Parts: sequence; structure tokens; C-alpha cells
Amino acid sequence: MSLVKLERISMAYGRGAAALMAIEEVSLEIARGEVIAVVGPSGCGKSSLMKLISGLHPPLAGTLTLEGRPVKGPLKSVGMAFQNSNLLPWRNALDNVLLPLEIVQPFRRDFKKNRKKYAQSAEQLLDSVGLAGCAQKFPWELSGGMQQRASICRALIHEPEILMLDEPFAALDAFTREELWCALRDLQAARKITVMLVTHDLREAVFLADTVYVMSKRPGRILKRCAVGLPRPRDLEVTYTQDFQEKVHELRSYIGMKK
Amino acid sequence: MDRREFAIMVVSPAVFTVTLFLLWEIVCAAFTVPLTILPAPSDVFAALWQYRVPIADNSWVTLWTTVAGFLGATLFGLGLGIAIGWHRAIYAGIYPVLVGFNSIPKVAVVPVLILWFGLGEIPAILTAFLISFFPIAVNVATGLATTEPELEDVLRALGASKLDIMKKVGIPRSLPYFFGSLKVAITLAFVGAVVSETVGANKGLGKLMLDAQASFQVPIVFAGLLVLAVLGILLYAATAMIEARFTGWAFRGQANR
Repeated sequence: MSLVKLERISMAYGRGAAALMAIEEVSLEIARGEVIAVVGPSGCGKSSLMKLISGLHPPLAGTLTLEGRPVKGPLKSVGMAFQNSNLLPWRNALDNVLLPLEIVQPFRRDFKKNRKKYAQSAEQLLDSVGLAGCAQKFPWELSGGMQQRASICRALIHEPEILMLDEPFAALDAFTREELWCALRDLQAARKITVMLVTHDLREAVFLADTVYVMSKRPGRILKRCAVGLPRPRDLEVTYTQDFQEKVHELRSYIGMKK
Repeated sequence: MDRREFAIMVVSPAVFTVTLFLLWEIVCAAFTVPLTILPAPSDVFAALWQYRVPIADNSWVTLWTTVAGFLGATLFGLGLGIAIGWHRAIYAGIYPVLVGFNSIPKVAVVPVLILWFGLGEIPAILTAFLISFFPIAVNVATGLATTEPELEDVLRALGASKLDIMKKVGIPRSLPYFFGSLKVAITLAFVGAVVSETVGANKGLGKLMLDAQASFQVPIVFAGLLVLAVLGILLYAATAMIEARFTGWAFRGQANR
């Protein structure tokens, strides 16, 4: 059974005649442990799709279910990270990562009592993304790539069902970005996380995802569902292979296409 | 502090201040300016020493009324700022009245306060309060209003209530704005207290200067001005120190520059 299922979902901002359609008739499924990528031109409703699935914004029409149950409000089982790391500058990396545990139940109830245990798992998480020894550092002492790693740790600390990433690597330079692809790849492989990645980088989408969805211009519709099919584990070398290039090329041909 | 740092932070302001007083002294001597128009610094310091007891006495009154009004303004401004930043409806409701009230010159309010509370410290405290809560409230509200919407999404998706978001993000985030506004507010509170004393009071530096002016003892007036300036610097420095202590993270990098 799929973890998340969208059936003919539409979503709009505003009400009545002034409403702006962001997404139209989108149907997709995310299986447990699957990595999906959503690509499309800017303003195509990729981020709206994230807001929708996390339960932050209700759909106008259609049904959205998580493990077969309809989604009614914000989902605690979601971790989110954005292009901007959004770390709190007055907290060090460790405390930033711990933030969700101060809010989400059941961790919140006895956060003070279990703080040591939580801090330990947070440090483990930081280690696993290559931030060993950075727990006590403040965000301004970390480079952009390191901040983004910490931000992803924050999204994962409460062990969410699904990790949602909204162009998480868009503000980084090309080499750092590739490093983070690998960090995310390893994290996903080790923890079997379900990931929804919103991006406009087709290479990133093909490298990381099992399934890529291409969306049309606003209002966003799904133009193409594309199974990547490259064997895992994938090495950065794979991005220079013929197969990889063909996939990217194929996806490119759908970008900006009219339905 | 190394020598270069010492030269910039200590020597440079000292040289500038002393030079200013020297120039003033020279101008007074060169043009033989009468004492009743502009007393030279030497006359001012002499008056300051001669009348040190009443000056200290009245300075104390001005100082504590200022601080009392300022503390009231801090609490009230913080509360009001959080209320305004909490919800757009509260903002929309309160803001016009607040701006209108802030536009009233506080000198015009002092007679009313004296009418209500009589001559004494209370009108000075209240004037200091009324003049200084506005920047605090506006700054706190601004800090709260500029919380990144994405960060709010992250927390909301975790099931955070409005109160959670305020406690974890909004309020810490607005602290630099809050402490920054304290520096403005303390100076305003000081102005408020002195203005009130000048309009009507039985004690305080404003009252002292008013009396000295009435009897043409101009050096005492200038001595009063000098004390006001020094107190102003001290109060400002105190709030700046509190600011640096509590919001060091907002001045990142400056400490190790």
C-alpha cells in the first residue's frame, strides 16, 4: 500500500472569483521508502504540492490520504527543509536539530527528562551527514552547505514518515550540491526514509529519485511520470553515463510544455 | 584590548571631547563673550563644583523618575508589541490610535498630568513613560511580524500552536529589535522627564535650570545641561551593555573582528 496517495487533487489560494489555481487534478502515489522528485518550471505549484501533502493547506477538490486515512490538518509525521536553512541563529546546531522534539508529541511531554538521550541521537544524526564535532557551533559558524545539512537533520530528528525537501540545495555551489546529494542518498539508504524532493535541477532529480514527476506551468498538472530505474547504490559517476543523460534529456523535453 | 584597539576606543573619543571644550574656552576668551550669554567651560565647571550639592540632589530626582518611567515603558511596550504582533486584527485595531497618540507632543500632556497628580515626581515619571513606550512596542511588533513564513510552516507542520511559535521563534527573534529600541527609549524617557520638570515641578534638573535661568545664573544652566548630557551617555551605555549581553548572537562576527 502506498504511504501517500493523491487523487485528482486541486488546490487554490484565495477564495471565490479571486482564487488562484495552484494545482489542478494531480494524482500521484508515494510508496514507503520511495524517493520521488517533482520538477517543473518556476511557479508551477511544486511548493504548493508540499504544503498540501504536509496538511498545511487544504485541497479544493480531490482526496489526499496518508496510509489510507484522509489528511485533515498539519501532519506531525512530516519533516521539512527549504532552500533557506532557516536555522535559529540563537541556537547552536544541536539545539536547532532538537527543536522539533520540543514541539512534537510524544517527545515534547518528557523532553527535559530525556534531553540527554535526544541529544545523543541528534549528534548521531549530525555525524551521519558529516557534521561530526559541529554540534556546539552556531549557524553563522557553519558554511551554507553545513547549514543545509543541519537543516535536514532537524527535519529528520522526530523520525517523520516522510521527508519533504523544497529545493534544498538550490542556494549551494555545484560541488557542495553534489556532496549533499550523496549525503542525502546515504541517509535515505541507511534509514529507509520516504522522501519527496521538489527541485528544478533535473540531474538532481534523476540522481536521487526513484520516480520523477514533471509538472506543467501554473496551474500545475502532472505532465509525465517517469521511473528512473537506475540501479542503487548510485555513485556520482552515474551522472556521466549515457542512461543518465538520456533520462535528463527526456525530462527536459517536458519542461515548459503545454498539456 | 591591544594598543590599536585602545587608541580607537578610548583615546579617540577623549581627544575629541577635550578638543571641543578647549575650542569653546578659546572662543569665549577671544571674543570676551559675556557670562550671561555663553559661559566658558571653566565657568561652567566652577558652577558645577560650587553648586554640587543641589545639582546632585536634583540630578538624582531626574535620574530615578527617568528610570521609573523607562521601566514602566519597557514592560508595557513589550506587552503591547507582542499583542500587536500576535494577530493582524489586533494590529489593525490598535495601530491608528497608537500612532495618533504618539503624534501628540508630550509637552502638551504635562499640564494635564500636573492637574491630575499635582506638582511632584509622578508627572515626570508618567511623561517619561508616555514618550518612550512607543518605539519599544513598534520594534517588538516588527520583530514578530518578520518571522520567516517557511520557518513558521516547519513548526506548524509539527503541530506547533501560535504560542509555541511565539515562544520558540517569534520572541527570541524580536529580542534584538527590543533591545535596540531600549537605547532609543531610554534617551526619550530622559527627555520626557526633563521636559515635564521644566513645565512644572518642585525638583529635578529641569526645575533647577528653570530657576537658574530666571535669576540669570547662566553658568548653572549650562552646568545642568552638562550633567544632562553625562547622564544621557551613562543611561545609553547601560542599555547598550544589556543589549550586547542578551543578544550577542545578533552581532555575530563583530566580537572576533
